[in-house]
Amino acid sequence: MFKKKEPLFHIVKRGEMPWYFSWGVRAAGIVLALLCCALISTLVTSENPIGIFATIIDGSFGSGRKFMTLLQNTSMLLCIALALTPAFKMRFWNIGGEGQALAGALASAACMILMKNQPNAVVISCMIVTSLAAGALWGAVPAFFKAKFGTNETLFTLMMNYVAIQLVAYFSVVWENPRGSGNIGVINPNSHIGWFPEILGSKYALNIIIVALVTVGMYIYLNYTKHGYEISVVGESERTARYIGIKVDRVIIRTMVLSGAICGLAGLLLVGGTNHTLNAAIVDGRGFTAVMVSWLGKFNPIWMILTSFLLVFLGRGAGEIATDFGLNASYGDILTGIILFFIIGCEFFINYKLSLTKVSRKEEK
Amino acid sequence: MLSAILSFLPRAVAQGIPLLYGSTGEIITQKSGNMNLGIPGVMYVGGICGVIGAFVYEQSLPSREALVPALAVLIPTLFCLLGSLLMGLLFCFLTVTLRANQNVTGLAMTTFGVGFGNFFGGSLVKLSGADMPFLALSATSNCFKKTLPFADKLGWFGDIVLNYSFLVYLAIAIALFASFTINRTRTGLHLRAVGENPATADSAGINVNRYKYLSTCLGCMVAGLGGLYYVMDYASGIWANDAFGDRGWLAIALVIFTVWRPNVGVLASFLFGGLYILHMYIPSGMNLAVKELYKMLPYVVTIIVLIISSLRNQRDKQPPQSLGLPYFREDR
Repeated sequence: MFKKKEPLFHIVKRGEMPWYFSWGVRAAGIVLALLCCALISTLVTSENPIGIFATIIDGSFGSGRKFMTLLQNTSMLLCIALALTPAFKMRFWNIGGEGQALAGALASAACMILMKNQPNAVVISCMIVTSLAAGALWGAVPAFFKAKFGTNETLFTLMMNYVAIQLVAYFSVVWENPRGSGNIGVINPNSHIGWFPEILGSKYALNIIIVALVTVGMYIYLNYTKHGYEISVVGESERTARYIGIKVDRVIIRTMVLSGAICGLAGLLLVGGTNHTLNAAIVDGRGFTAVMVSWLGKFNPIWMILTSFLLVFLGRGAGEIATDFGLNASYGDILTGIILFFIIGCEFFINYKLSLTKVSRKEEK
Repeated sequence: MLSAILSFLPRAVAQGIPLLYGSTGEIITQKSGNMNLGIPGVMYVGGICGVIGAFVYEQSLPSREALVPALAVLIPTLFCLLGSLLMGLLFCFLTVTLRANQNVTGLAMTTFGVGFGNFFGGSLVKLSGADMPFLALSATSNCFKKTLPFADKLGWFGDIVLNYSFLVYLAIAIALFASFTINRTRTGLHLRAVGENPATADSAGINVNRYKYLSTCLGCMVAGLGGLYYVMDYASGIWANDAFGDRGWLAIALVIFTVWRPNVGVLASFLFGGLYILHMYIPSGMNLAVKELYKMLPYVVTIIVLIISSLRNQRDKQPPQSLGLPYFREDR
């Protein structure tokens, strides 16, 4: 008689788990990932693992400047991740953070270049308005088509990234300085028109404070407002949302305007606050990394501080290993990838559990 | 004018072939409901694994004359297929077995794959002791670039249609074969069923996970060949970091542009290849900036196709219905 082979174990969905369990699993995943990275680094550099970890920590905390760069990079990544979060909670896969931030950066650079003879306050307020509007526009276009016609938003926002990149490349040539270089260079290097003021003795401090405010604001917006509630209902079930009278298309467009505007803010902070220039690589892939930050932080702004810090910290550490041991700078990407795979994989053990198929139960049947 | 077209067409084809491999691979993958945004990374891995294979083989030879053409082609191809297969298995393990989010996994794979390619590319450059920041494998590349001996004697017809290396024809053959298999065979029917509605497919006795695994791994291997073609043929065996650029994303754009049909992809990839290099042929004078706008064309065209296909809402022109969603039997 044909006997079907029983698998050795089967997968059961877990119920609600206490937070310390899920974060324990994630911590275990990160530790495993770090061990794996240390092992690979040891093989590549033939340095002992403790030296590797020391190098990683040195990359972020080695000097005051390194630490401020760490905080700055974390806050920029976090800002874009915060922007994407309301969209993700709505199950709108906005992977266009890169393009939306670039649109914001382009708008603020345009203000700095075209209004260089205006008073600083006018320029900066124009930069704020236009960059938020540009980011919002970049987010609203895919949202409009998603809401009205169900156009696939993942692919749409992805393509919008490259439209923005080429647009920036176009203006990089139009506004090139010096002529023929194909780069914009530092904008208004002498007059500092449109440069954000330095506070607390660092040009990064303002950015970090603004992003901290956005984090708190986003937490409140998602958890304690009517809009936040509507977003989570639309995300859980569009039909339920429609049934209880939420105008789904309006929520989608509104949320994406917000999402794009905050991405635009990130672009504004990058151009006005730190880089004072514009090029197609200014966002530096953060639009994509932010997707992972937001998802790994379970769309919770407070946890996302942790995940964005972790990713930037490891990235900088891996970069430090690469320079110290004469490796290629892309080594950091490999380590980041490995760590992400581990964290992605360990989510499974939070949501599901493996249970051995019991022999006795099989006999009962 | 004619000579411009004659030089334009073969270059458009050469630009299009990596996109064709990538999009065929991605279509095979997406038909099973897996949205693999790791394709750009997979293509990098495919390319660099081919380079590693060729490098190892060239270094193991006592002299250049000892190179056996068949081995010089076979070894990099096998390395490339193996590397992209491993990437596919990784994606499947995380998304199918562990049910992770496909977008996140795909983006992580792209980060990893691009880093992997540039890291090993850079390291090999160092190992080879070259002064330049790139690695030249011209001996291997010459074997890959072999064309039909009589092709260039047939005038313009030979130049446009016959004067390509085997990887070009292989890409077209794979695309046509994939199209046939997906639309005309029982396997293809099952595959589409898995992508449209895995629960229904499961209750019809189709092994959903097996189809997802097989199609994703196969798709990754096909996409990896695109990377191999780029390095060995298009770039004449020269690996330079980041040279492959954003072609992987363009391949994903092509998937939408062709509304998930690999046979359309053959011509569409040439069109995209043409759009990609159009800026070199447009007489723009001293205005270099306009060229950057022309590079935007493939993406704008893709967005327009995406919008139109959703506006018309024809059932045969939609993405697979469960695209991007993990399947868990007990979730129903």
